[in-house]
Amino acid sequence: MSLNSTPLPGAVGGTKPRTKSSSLFGQSMRRLMKNKLAISGLVVVIIMFLACFVGPFFSPYTDNKVNMAVMNKAPNIKHWLGTDALGRDVLTRVLQAGRISLTVGLASMVLSVFIGALLGAIAGYYRGVADQVIMRIADLLLTIPGLPLLFIFGALLSDWKVPTEYRMYIVMFMLGFVNWPGLARMVRGQMLSLREREFMQAAVVLGLNDRRKLFNHLLPNIVPLLIVIATLNIGGSILSESVLSFFGLGVMAPTPTWGNMIDAANNLIDFQEHPWLWIPPGFSIFATVIAINIFGDGLRDVLDPKQKR
Amino acid sequence: MSAYLTKRISYMLIILLAASLLIFSLYALTPGDFISNNIKLTPERKAELREIYGLNKPMLERYGIWMKNALHGDFGYSLAQQKPVLTLFNEYIWNSFLLAAVSTFLTWLIAVIIGVVSAYKQYSWFDTLVMVLIFAAMSLPSFFIGLFLIKIFAVDLKWLPPGGMLTTGSNAVGWAYAKEVIKHMTLPVVVMTLLGVGSLTRYFRSNMIDVIKQDYIRTARAKGLKEGKVLFRHALRNALLPAITLVGFELPALFGGSLIIEKIFNWPGIGQLYMQSFGLRDYPLLMGFTMLLAVLTVIGTLISDVLYHIADPRVRLH
Repeated sequence: MSLNSTPLPGAVGGTKPRTKSSSLFGQSMRRLMKNKLAISGLVVVIIMFLACFVGPFFSPYTDNKVNMAVMNKAPNIKHWLGTDALGRDVLTRVLQAGRISLTVGLASMVLSVFIGALLGAIAGYYRGVADQVIMRIADLLLTIPGLPLLFIFGALLSDWKVPTEYRMYIVMFMLGFVNWPGLARMVRGQMLSLREREFMQAAVVLGLNDRRKLFNHLLPNIVPLLIVIATLNIGGSILSESVLSFFGLGVMAPTPTWGNMIDAANNLIDFQEHPWLWIPPGFSIFATVIAINIFGDGLRDVLDPKQKR
Repeated sequence: MSAYLTKRISYMLIILLAASLLIFSLYALTPGDFISNNIKLTPERKAELREIYGLNKPMLERYGIWMKNALHGDFGYSLAQQKPVLTLFNEYIWNSFLLAAVSTFLTWLIAVIIGVVSAYKQYSWFDTLVMVLIFAAMSLPSFFIGLFLIKIFAVDLKWLPPGGMLTTGSNAVGWAYAKEVIKHMTLPVVVMTLLGVGSLTRYFRSNMIDVIKQDYIRTARAKGLKEGKVLFRHALRNALLPAITLVGFELPALFGGSLIIEKIFNWPGIGQLYMQSFGLRDYPLLMGFTMLLAVLTVIGTLISDVLYHIADPRVRLH
């Protein structure tokens, strides 16, 4: 086993105030609320989610009807971010695209955290053959860089003529599949050290079965770490999805995502003359990911101070 | 050490063998190939070409042939360009290396300086600003920031060329040639530096914060050394030490090109070659490239582990 490289730890302020609450959760939350940067990140994320999931209901253009009368109009009072080549309102489309991008990001995070935590926990707890098999597969997948691997999967989807409405779900699986090995490695490392602690010896003495030891005693100990990784993972997934969709290998039109909306920039005229088509989705990605990363880092300071070195 | 190396290298070879099988079957699974996508060919001609390229053989046999040749240093012919894959790699890889080497150098330089200063002034407004900028750099969608900068600096302001390595039809030599290349590489280098500098700055900052708190730094200050000397001579050395493990991880980035950046800036590097061949389903080249990345990754990891041990002999290799 090679030396594990944990992600670069960083630190934003975060002092330890004396609190009366005895619950770890309450304490952590209070400390999180003190970190203004992290909270502003959270606020931006919430605004983004609300805008994308609720916002379109207030738009008169949700049906995305083709309207030749207002083709390629620059931003104006009626269309705040202008219209595209088919006369559709860009702002509405950005928000609808956000729904897909955020959903894909969330779902693939859930998937990779689930697979990674489960396999990592099994490998670290049972060791032996299970460990060997799981970690060798993880090593293998880590050998091939993620992007070419995602490109191949994307090309496979296109060649198998997967209907475009299903591609979104398969992209979630692809991203989840590519992300789990790193996570499994980290969870395994934690498990290997946790299983030797005194409380686990006590669990053995009590004669608890494996299921209880794993789910009631070991996994709760890595939940803070998992929450942090999961949060940061959403940002990464949104970025990967946008790259794939931009290159036409991820979610494809007519389903809009932030990535495939930026595809407009591949058309020279749209790129030069109609920047409102591709700049807003780009900034939406940027704003969402930066907010998630800032919030995730604040969470790390609070939940996982050991990582902070 | 030598026992460790033997063990590691033999494990590396097994992993690479497994990776080659995985890569081959992924590409072989994809229906359609370079020949079937070409509508100009008659069915008879297609069958004939398949025969010539050995595409009608069973998959396992094709893998055997590919692997056997690969072990002899022959990754086959690119179908689209009719040149040996390795010759093509050699033509393109140095352009990629030029871009990657310059941006890696800049990334490290900027990261070390800013990391040290913001660690020294921890919790100051400068430090907070740096932290926000670090997060911004880490959250940039690479392709979008590339397009955005092209739009501003090449299309609107016309300060820099939008892409490529040389102006089309240019036959500049000597200094003029170098100047042209530098002009063309400015934007991609800026983007690549931006993308890498965030996490590295953060790494140096947190390393530096740990080191500054140590007793020997207090000793150095107590001796009356100048603050600059304390920071850059005494503290930085120890903060830099763990970073040499990162050197190995840079290896795939240095020689593997950058798929997204080279594509966006139309830079004639190996990543752009891959993206071109991808649409054409030029399998020998695609497999060769993916294999190259796998080899670089594995070697990079080994270098990192060994360097880690050299930097800190307390770390046992096993």
